[in-house]
Amino acid sequence: MFWSVTLSLLDGLWTSFEIFIFTLLFSLPLGLVLSFGVMSRWGLLRGLIQTLVWIIRGTPLMLQLIIIFYGPGLWLGHNIWNGSESGRITATVVAFSINYACYFSVIFRGGIEGVPVGQREAGEVLGMTKSQIFFKVTLLQMIKRVVPPMSNEVMTLVKDTSLARIIAAYELTFAGYSFMKSQGITWPLFYTGVFYLAFVGILTLLFNYIERRLDYFR
Amino acid sequence: MAVLEVKNIEKHFESTKVLRDVSFDLEEGSALAIIGSSGSGKTTLLRCLNFLEVPDRGSIMVRGETLFDAARPLKEQEKDLRRKRLHFGMVFQSFNLFPQYTALENVTLSEKLLAKERPDFKQNKKEILEGIEKHGKALLEQMGLAERMEHYPHQLSGGQQQRVAIARALALQPDILCFDEPTSALDPELTGEVLKVIRGLADQHTTMIIVTHEMSFARDVADQIIFMDEGVIVEQGDARQVIDHPKEERTRQFLTKY
Repeated sequence: MFWSVTLSLLDGLWTSFEIFIFTLLFSLPLGLVLSFGVMSRWGLLRGLIQTLVWIIRGTPLMLQLIIIFYGPGLWLGHNIWNGSESGRITATVVAFSINYACYFSVIFRGGIEGVPVGQREAGEVLGMTKSQIFFKVTLLQMIKRVVPPMSNEVMTLVKDTSLARIIAAYELTFAGYSFMKSQGITWPLFYTGVFYLAFVGILTLLFNYIERRLDYFR
Repeated sequence: MAVLEVKNIEKHFESTKVLRDVSFDLEEGSALAIIGSSGSGKTTLLRCLNFLEVPDRGSIMVRGETLFDAARPLKEQEKDLRRKRLHFGMVFQSFNLFPQYTALENVTLSEKLLAKERPDFKQNKKEILEGIEKHGKALLEQMGLAERMEHYPHQLSGGQQQRVAIARALALQPDILCFDEPTSALDPELTGEVLKVIRGLADQHTTMIIVTHEMSFARDVADQIIFMDEGVIVEQGDARQVIDHPKEERTRQFLTKY
């Protein structure tokens, strides 16, 4: 019994991990692009992104997930996500990426604006191009600033993957829950919790490592 | 001929006029000190020279080449902006060193980035980079920082940081080196070491513009002094003359505070 539960949970963990890693992969660059947009000189673009961020941060992620998964099928008459497991995971990653990109954009903006103006000016008077200033001067200082708030968001993401259950993606929480439902046993639920704790534990170590690596400057 | 000619510079922020009809020349190898109370426009003038602010009126010429002329369209002014900037070096009040780089890396970074644009960079990469490294080390030694090259800015005192910033500004061999209140952010006991370095540069006839509140320093080191008040040049002339025997009443009033 223990082994069959373990295997089942590992299966669910893999799905959760896929959602986690692909969401990060897409939302990090998208969040950076959004943060640039919100700092742009172009008022219309700023307004559009601010509205998007307001809507996405102001409504539940679960609601967004339901709309993204079921919406296209009902509006277009055919489901753009195929009904298989991979289709559900893809839909989840899309919904999550948009959602997390909005949160990340706010964090990134804070990080960029937190770098003193003098840094950019020093780069300018030294004849650097805009991109040289960003990549050689601002970026690392920004990363250092955003690591602590990012670690919060990333750990929340681990646990948010459980929301994929609402569109019947077989992720970790769904896996644990199914044993309770079919066998009437509760210990797999606690066992599921251990999986999340291990996942977040590894991330904690990773973030501690990153913070230590960036500790050489202030 | 004057290395720098500034003509009729005007600058306003919103409705406040920060600079009004500012004109002056600077001779090659001479040091100019700009004095005046806070808000008199000294720093804005320096920032205009370094293209950190765009003047609303006037022109800036270096070695006979017009770098900026407000009469021409802005788009044209932005052309070649990076190259134009390199005529000027800038030392900021708050140092603005890059915290993630060592003292030596701070000094060599921009030179290395510019070297990449050289057509022969790929061929002679090693020699070029070695040359830059050597140059950077020599500059830091000149600043008395031979022992501090591998230190990060937060490991250095304010005076040491400012000396690194001076070396960084010198690395690109600007025609004119600008100092924006270089000692104002320093503890009193640390100003001396920075002033000594600037004095050394003046002795080597580095062309400099120094915005400062250190009157006796300005008197000793500068050849010329400009006194500014409310965005206009009230008085300019020989440094000792202006400090010891000011002609204008406003200059006299200002100097009595020191």
